Amino acid sequence: MPNAHDALSSFSVITRRTILSSTAAASAVPLTMTRGQATPNAEPSAAPPLSVDLVVNNRTERLIIDSRTTLLDALREHLNLTGTKKGCDHGQCGACTVHVGGKRVLSCLTLAVSIREPIATIEGLAKQDGSLHPMQQAFIDQDAFQCGYCTPGQIMSAVACVKEGHAGSDAEIREYMSGNLCRCAAYPHIVAAIKQAKSATESG
Amino acid sequence: MRGFEYVRAADPADAIHAARQTSSAPPTLAPTQFLAGGTTLLDLMKLDIMRPTRVVDISGFRNRTDGIAFDRQGLHLGAFVTMAEAADHPDIRRDYPIIAQSLNLAASAQIRNMATLGGNVLQRTRCSYFRDTSWQACNKRSPGSGCAALRGLNRKHAVLGTSENCIATYPGDFAQALVALGADIEIAGPSGARRVKFEDLHVAPDAHPEIETILNPDELITGFAVPAGPWTRRSLYLKVRDRESYEFALASAAVALDLHDGVVNEARIALGGVATKPWRAREAEAALKGRALSEANARQAAEAAFATTKTHGHNDYKPELGRRTLVRALMQAATVEA
Repeated sequence: MPNAHDALSSFSVITRRTILSSTAAASAVPLTMTRGQATPNAEPSAAPPLSVDLVVNNRTERLIIDSRTTLLDALREHLNLTGTKKGCDHGQCGACTVHVGGKRVLSCLTLAVSIREPIATIEGLAKQDGSLHPMQQAFIDQDAFQCGYCTPGQIMSAVACVKEGHAGSDAEIREYMSGNLCRCAAYPHIVAAIKQAKSATESG
Repeated sequence: MRGFEYVRAADPADAIHAARQTSSAPPTLAPTQFLAGGTTLLDLMKLDIMRPTRVVDISGFRNRTDGIAFDRQGLHLGAFVTMAEAADHPDIRRDYPIIAQSLNLAASAQIRNMATLGGNVLQRTRCSYFRDTSWQACNKRSPGSGCAALRGLNRKHAVLGTSENCIATYPGDFAQALVALGADIEIAGPSGARRVKFEDLHVAPDAHPEIETILNPDELITGFAVPAGPWTRRSLYLKVRDRESYEFALASAAVALDLHDGVVNEARIALGGVATKPWRAREAEAALKGRALSEANARQAAEAAFATTKTHGHNDYKPELGRRTLVRALMQAATVEA
């Protein structure tokens, strides 16, 4: 049985996902088991797969997917864009927040086949040269996360919050960020980060 | 989630055609469902509570231009306007604050960007027995199976409009604003359009909790007509809940007042979080008419509004919470500039 290093050697970039996938392969657990968890109550669909073109972070991607596939699963399972997180999968936590048509939405409650507008995810925020978006930098500067699981959703929501003009005061930020839960309760630092990014955006 | 056939509709007529029904099930159990914002439908499909075999996508209608219009008759809202668009509209905020507040105090910024006004008024109850299929008894989910909430954890359940078959609370906020303002609802169906009082859209559970509205499964809400009136500017929506934001109401009050020298010419009142449907409090309105808006008179009106409650243990606190919420809403509304 190959050890973990052998299993990983074929991947040029090691991420948590490749480790999870290769661990499953090495222990002979079919990958379909991890896939199955993405769609509870999944049974073979009577409907044929559908073709959809998604524009994600300015790249057009053609997907052949089941009609049930949410935008969240399309991003994570089909496009390997795993920065967008699956928290509750029921529209209660905000971890899956992305922008569609420039507006923040919940990718877990959006059918991928229904999308007509461009999508922006956390992977598209930084510039090509790797320099961070002011909101990403502010989250680091203000220590606005602990475990980090909610952070991509927080940041995508925060970018929109500023753009909408709903970051005028601490109270307004808290109200308009209430759709993003943080179980580490980093809320005071998240508010500070949004204020920093807002002034950075306004002065820059 | 179970598999389904996905159909994208080009316009409302196309959607109605695609939703023509072969079953006699009510809209909540119909095999074909409309998908607008998806924030209720996809949630309940993942929970295996709604099981459509065909989903007709009408989410593209959100970009229609006939969304929000004002004239001397009042305000017209297209059903495919998103909650955020209506909540942030400066003229709605100024002339119909009750509408803007009822929308802004609901859900989250993300959900308000997705959810349409037509879908919002049809959102399903948050009753935890309805939302969890491991409970066998739920008359709303499985007609005739019973009601687990009657002797269960019913702290958030309704105290007005209940029946022995269902005590599930209507969860929305916007609907209370429409009820208070006496709005009409516009409905399109296979045999043409009809217009009914919004107050008559929802029905109390009685013997059939699975029937929630007067809609047929192949009918589509297309708009709301809110009449102008001397009470629309002096209006507000007060929502009391377990947490400050992103939470459903334990009790709420939608209040619109026509006041002259501190005397109530007309009061429009609807209650949320306490009833099985958007609840017009006509007894409270009558109790205030022609009287000074004092706290004592507001309290009398609140007593009238909650004169016929039925509680089930954990929600014994609700009538008093509802009364206090209404009194506070009335006293706050009196201070709003008309």
